Amino acid sequence: MRIDARELHYRELNRQIREAVAGGETRFELANVNGQRYIGDGIQGEKVQIDIEGVPGNDLGAFMDGPTVRVRGNAQDAVANTMNAGRIVVEGRAGDVLGYGMRGGELFVRGKVGYRVGIHMKAYRGRMPVVVAGGTAGDFLGEYMAGGMLVVLGLERQDGEPLIGDWCGTGMHGGVIYVRGEVDPRLVASKFASMGPAEEKDREDMRPHVEAFCETFSLDVEEALAGAFVRMAAISHRPYGAKYAV
Amino acid sequence: MGSSSPGREGIGRPGEGARASARPRRVPAYRRSAEFRWTHDAERCARCKRCVQQCGFKALSWEDGPVVDPDKCVGCHRCETFCPQEAIAVVPNVQHYRPHPLWGQAHRQNVYLQAETGGVLLTGMGNDLPYPILWDHLLLDACQVTNPSIDPLREPMELRSYLGRIPDKVEVKMKDGRPEPATEMGPVLQVETPIIFAAMSYGSISLNAQKAIAMAAAECGTLWNTGEGGLHEELKPYADRAFVQCASGRFGVHADYLNAGAAIEIKIGQGAKPGIGGHLPGEKVSAAVSETRMIPVGSDALSPAPQHDIYSIEDLKQLIFALKEATNYEKPVSVKIAAVHNVAAIASGIVRAGADMVYLDGFRGGTGAAPTIIRDHLGIPIEIAIAVVDQQLREEGIRNRASIVAAGGIRSSADAAKAIALGADAVAVGTAALLALGCTLCQKCYTGKCSWGITTQDPRLTRRLDPYVGSKRVANLVRGWSAELEEILGAMGVNAVESLRGSRERLRAVGLDKTTLEILGVKPAGVGA
Ligand code: SF4
Ligand code: SF4
Repeated sequence: MRIDARELHYRELNRQIREAVAGGETRFELANVNGQRYIGDGIQGEKVQIDIEGVPGNDLGAFMDGPTVRVRGNAQDAVANTMNAGRIVVEGRAGDVLGYGMRGGELFVRGKVGYRVGIHMKAYRGRMPVVVAGGTAGDFLGEYMAGGMLVVLGLERQDGEPLIGDWCGTGMHGGVIYVRGEVDPRLVASKFASMGPAEEKDREDMRPHVEAFCETFSLDVEEALAGAFVRMAAISHRPYGAKYAV
Repeated sequence: MGSSSPGREGIGRPGEGARASARPRRVPAYRRSAEFRWTHDAERCARCKRCVQQCGFKALSWEDGPVVDPDKCVGCHRCETFCPQEAIAVVPNVQHYRPHPLWGQAHRQNVYLQAETGGVLLTGMGNDLPYPILWDHLLLDACQVTNPSIDPLREPMELRSYLGRIPDKVEVKMKDGRPEPATEMGPVLQVETPIIFAAMSYGSISLNAQKAIAMAAAECGTLWNTGEGGLHEELKPYADRAFVQCASGRFGVHADYLNAGAAIEIKIGQGAKPGIGGHLPGEKVSAAVSETRMIPVGSDALSPAPQHDIYSIEDLKQLIFALKEATNYEKPVSVKIAAVHNVAAIASGIVRAGADMVYLDGFRGGTGAAPTIIRDHLGIPIEIAIAVVDQQLREEGIRNRASIVAAGGIRSSADAAKAIALGADAVAVGTAALLALGCTLCQKCYTGKCSWGITTQDPRLTRRLDPYVGSKRVANLVRGWSAELEEILGAMGVNAVESLRGSRERLRAVGLDKTTLEILGVKPAGVGA
């Protein structure tokens, strides 16, 4: 099903998608998307595929549970908010607060990602959310992270451009963050997260996700995995354990 | 309060590194005085050992008769209640220090405990400091001679209420010669009484306690609230009467959960801990709790404050509509905030952001666990919050766009009636419902050892709370209060709770200063119509 989103309010666009999904439609091509919010919000079903031409608005794939979304352009803030399952692929960059409370599925962003990515991501049972950013990431990466995996590849980076911003891993109490290259320890919230070199086991854990990422964007896996990675992990799963007088 | 001495090896020594000095280790306790004196009449005792079994706090042991560890007794009165011989009396311990008006017992004990631990003090339930209770300064009007009262036994009384958005105007169009509404009506919730249940998550309370409340809500035609703990499989049959909460931890929040509820609530704050997030310690994340929260067993469940995707009213609007989109605009959305100084402006923003309900939680609201200092010193009274929010929304001409639910210290049907007269559409009760389940307000909910099986996940304790019996007790409470509301309405000469809503003219105040009267919009007693 093809929908021309030009001049279409998000409410109308999303209503059409919801109704079509309820009617059994699985393939969507959205053309001329220009800032419409909430595309894919709460949509369930692994067979559903949504192809977006243009720039979708905030909360793309919020509460989404299964579908695959591909954005042929940049995405804005809050992509994959509380997403349960599925895959979101962004061919350009994406904004802030990506993957908030994400519980499963994958978010692949070809370019840079903004601030506060992966806040309170959590793993549960078979589900493990993964966010891979091809470019660099902003401040507060992995804040309050409780599970899952964040990977920052730093491909096509400008000279001197930092891989991540300040306060990485603040409040982190689970999950793992991998960054390709060297990270200034001052950027990492050392009260919560420890940083060290990624070992062979880490590379094994990361590999299938980076492979999937590279396949999606037709990139060379070995190039994306070349060089050393650092690994950030929670110091404690109980960051508040020692705080109380009991 | 355990005063077990960890011995010398527990003392942090110099040179143990930065971490050790940042978090002082426990040092030996000086004797803190026990809070309660447990007394036992050996002559009456039938030696049944029931008291030892009943204590959730393991304060009692059996050594040829019950023996108490006075430091462990929290005064929950479970043993006393269940002693078949009435052989036990638990009484407050008389302070053995010289009395001091400034340095009361609680202050001294707290200093001792903190000197020992270097930690933040925790507590449970609502603020227990003697701040003025405004409910007790407000009185309701009644009819005499010139305006007839109504006997609710003889005439029907309407307590049924609707929660949600009322359109600014209703347009009517003609179709086939008949009028029909042209305005799109949003979803509204119908309740048979303006008394609903406050948010209490599975995790903070036991499944049996939550089930009792959910069943009572179904029986009374009112609403309950999942809190931020997800929806347990066994409570799904009651989900159509539930607010399903979405808070900063997003625990258990997924598309099916959102669609299962009657309404969705975004939790921004809680009256007992404004500006503070929640934290369910890993020990309480059992297999079943892990399932509803959708997090691993034993991991801390942190709900940080704020929600780190909400820094503005605009951001809040984005989440409100993300939830509405996810549920096809079929569920009203409530936003719960703690009553704080700027509550009126915040509530106005919430309504303008598209919320269908604003849930105001006053500073006396209960909690499963909160830092004592936060619970006791932050926020404002719910009475004030209702009045200023109602006033602000009226002045802005947007009062119809959202219902106001008021909570945080509603102790009786009279408090409920006064809240409604001040401007609330409904009240939510938490503590009162737990009292109905046996709670004695010992304030030790945060320990997870509740002897009454309410705020614990220990199966030995939770199984003593029969959800069916519990639901009957809670439903009875709602029934009793509802009947009293009818009496109050009748005495005031109105036959529907709708007629009392926001009718501050039917309130009079005693012993309040001029400024407070102005803020409440209430006249002092003695001033006629
Ligand atoms: S804690 Fe409760 S049950 Fe235990 S001894 Fe004290 S009053 Fe009795
Ligand atoms: S719920 Fe239990 S622990 Fe909490 S105050 Fe009531 S009796 Fe005490």
